[in-house]
Amino acid sequence: MTLTNYLVLSGILFSIGAATVLLRRNAIIVFMGVELMLNATNLALVTFSRLHGDLTGQVMAFFVMVVAAAEVVVGLAIIVSIFRTRKSASVDDINLLKS
Amino acid sequence: MTFTVPDIAWAQLTPVLIVLGAAVVGVLVEALVPRRVRRVVQLTLTLVALGGAVVAVAALWNSVADTGGTEVLGGSLLVDGPTLVLWAITAVLALLAVLVIADRTATGEDAFAPQGAAVPGSGYEEAARAAGLEQTEVYPLVLFATGGMLIFPATGDLLTLFVALEVLSLPLYLLTGLSRRRRLLSQEASMKYFLLGSFASALLLFGIALLYGFSGSLRYAEIADAVRTVSGMDGLLLAGSLLVLAGLLFKVGAVPFHSWTPDVYQGAPTPITGFMAACTKVAAFGALVRVFYTVVPDLRWDLEPVMWTVAIATMAVGTVVALVQTDIKRVLAYSSIAHAGFVLTGVVALVQSGITAVLFYLLAYGAATVGAFGIVSLVRERGAVRAGAGAGVGAAARVPALATAGSASAGTGASDGTAASAAAGASAGSTADVVGTGSGADGAADPDGEEPPVEAEGPILGEATHLSQWAGLGRTNPVLATTFALFLLSFAGIPLTAGFTGKFAVFSAAVEGDAWPLAVVGVLASAAAAFFYVRIIVLMFFTSPHGGPRDDADDEARPGAVVVASQGFAVVAIGACAVLTVLLGVLPGPVLDAIAGVAQLLP
Repeated sequence: MTLTNYLVLSGILFSIGAATVLLRRNAIIVFMGVELMLNATNLALVTFSRLHGDLTGQVMAFFVMVVAAAEVVVGLAIIVSIFRTRKSASVDDINLLKS
Repeated sequence: MTFTVPDIAWAQLTPVLIVLGAAVVGVLVEALVPRRVRRVVQLTLTLVALGGAVVAVAALWNSVADTGGTEVLGGSLLVDGPTLVLWAITAVLALLAVLVIADRTATGEDAFAPQGAAVPGSGYEEAARAAGLEQTEVYPLVLFATGGMLIFPATGDLLTLFVALEVLSLPLYLLTGLSRRRRLLSQEASMKYFLLGSFASALLLFGIALLYGFSGSLRYAEIADAVRTVSGMDGLLLAGSLLVLAGLLFKVGAVPFHSWTPDVYQGAPTPITGFMAACTKVAAFGALVRVFYTVVPDLRWDLEPVMWTVAIATMAVGTVVALVQTDIKRVLAYSSIAHAGFVLTGVVALVQSGITAVLFYLLAYGAATVGAFGIVSLVRERGAVRAGAGAGVGAAARVPALATAGSASAGTGASDGTAASAAAGASAGSTADVVGTGSGADGAADPDGEEPPVEAEGPILGEATHLSQWAGLGRTNPVLATTFALFLLSFAGIPLTAGFTGKFAVFSAAVEGDAWPLAVVGVLASAAAAFFYVRIIVLMFFTSPHGGPRDDADDEARPGAVVVASQGFAVVAIGACAVLTVLLGVLPGPVLDAIAGVAQLLP
């Protein structure tokens, strides 16, 4: 089991997250895709940290977790306020802003 | 493993500390100070903090000009010449933007929802509005965003870059959704901005992880060293730097990462639009310049085709799409995309004069932007006139109820003001443009009702953003229209305005950096862009009111625009922006020299 496998896994998770963001239509699911991307990045950071024998990557992973938590707070607040207005969290229903 | 305590040079950090400290105090003020005086306290605190930041930057100037800058916090922040210039620009523009944000105009209402959490059109929102609630949290949020913007271009490692990006973005997502009027648009813009913004920061973060994997360090200087040494991991390096650049290009609104810009600029409260259009761009370009000039300059042969494509596409898309817009805020948004392209030509040039040019351009663009959006926030619609209870009103039929937002959500058009005093009517009608009143029909139904005794003036509503409503503004409000024309001319890059000097500087830097095709495209795009700026000027000065182009599918008669009186704050800000625009156009020398004197990035 080499460390490269973790990197491949991280890449796969990141791609799944990115595909979720681009393809799914529910704002909550899209947001979960973003979180998956962030966590895939954490895995990559920790793996690289191990590869280099350097702690910076692990420190960075902690920062990413904190920032992701802050992002959840803000993001869910926005999504919930929209949901209460429209009874829907679909990004397709949200189409008032068009040129 | 030993831990070395980083050397913290507090003095160098004062501008950032002042702004972030004031933001934290602002949160406490929100909790502890009684509501009556909260707005005054918050506003004073914000203005003092931003003014203090400007003073602190000025105090640092000489020592940095002498030494060339220092690393603080163990290299996490680089306080060098470009950093100081960007700090000064950000703080000044934020100060002016806060003045616009604070202005409640003659209607007595600011641009923000009385309760951000209230459902638009609900009874709770109506009650909050009637009680005169205000979201004074806006000021700490702006301060936090400004703090992030100060840190962002000064970062010396990728970790700080990411954290600063989030610190500046998260408050902006919230501020975008807090518009008082057209709240559905505002919330929608907020959500779009949030989802796309967090996607972009995830891309940036993965790029950071790859660069860390490549070099084993997050420091710019060490990554740059690793780039110079040959290793077998070029794939990581290239993918990493492309992802990091993608994240930064998203923030500056460059094609193909621009799609959020028009929607967010249109939906956000106009003073906030001005703030983020100017200050975010300054901060993001500062960070982009630093990354491009100090981290990956040795990759220029790989990255140049990408950046060239992005710059050309940005200029072309911004200019061409702006030509067909009918909403003034969207026009300005696409114009900001085009401007991002112009600045990119200076960034891509990768020469020393490019840094100076970019910094100057950001100042020139920011001043005109804050001023222009300040003016947009003063040009309002007048709602339908309704006389006292039951009486049919002829005037109401002439100016039917507006549905500008197109957002016919639930709720009643509760504009039952007696039309006696404009001020009272203004507050009563403030929900009307969210919900679209259905009151036009019953007004016409009763022809023999008595005519309203005096005025044909309805309540003042939201901003008149449709271009046709701006027709004839030059005749009714010559001073305001002339100032707006000045900002437009600066955007267009007409000589004797700041925009011309900025464009000249970036294009000559591009030529100097052997990127002359970019300069050619830039000049052509500027010429094309001048068309739609001049079109607006013609519309304002040489078209009679209500005679503007009616190119909308819905042939809804739009109410004409009126200009509300400012409380004074916005006028000061707009005036300062106008003076800055003219001064930088007529006498750019001293500023250019001052910037060029310190525009040396620390490695």
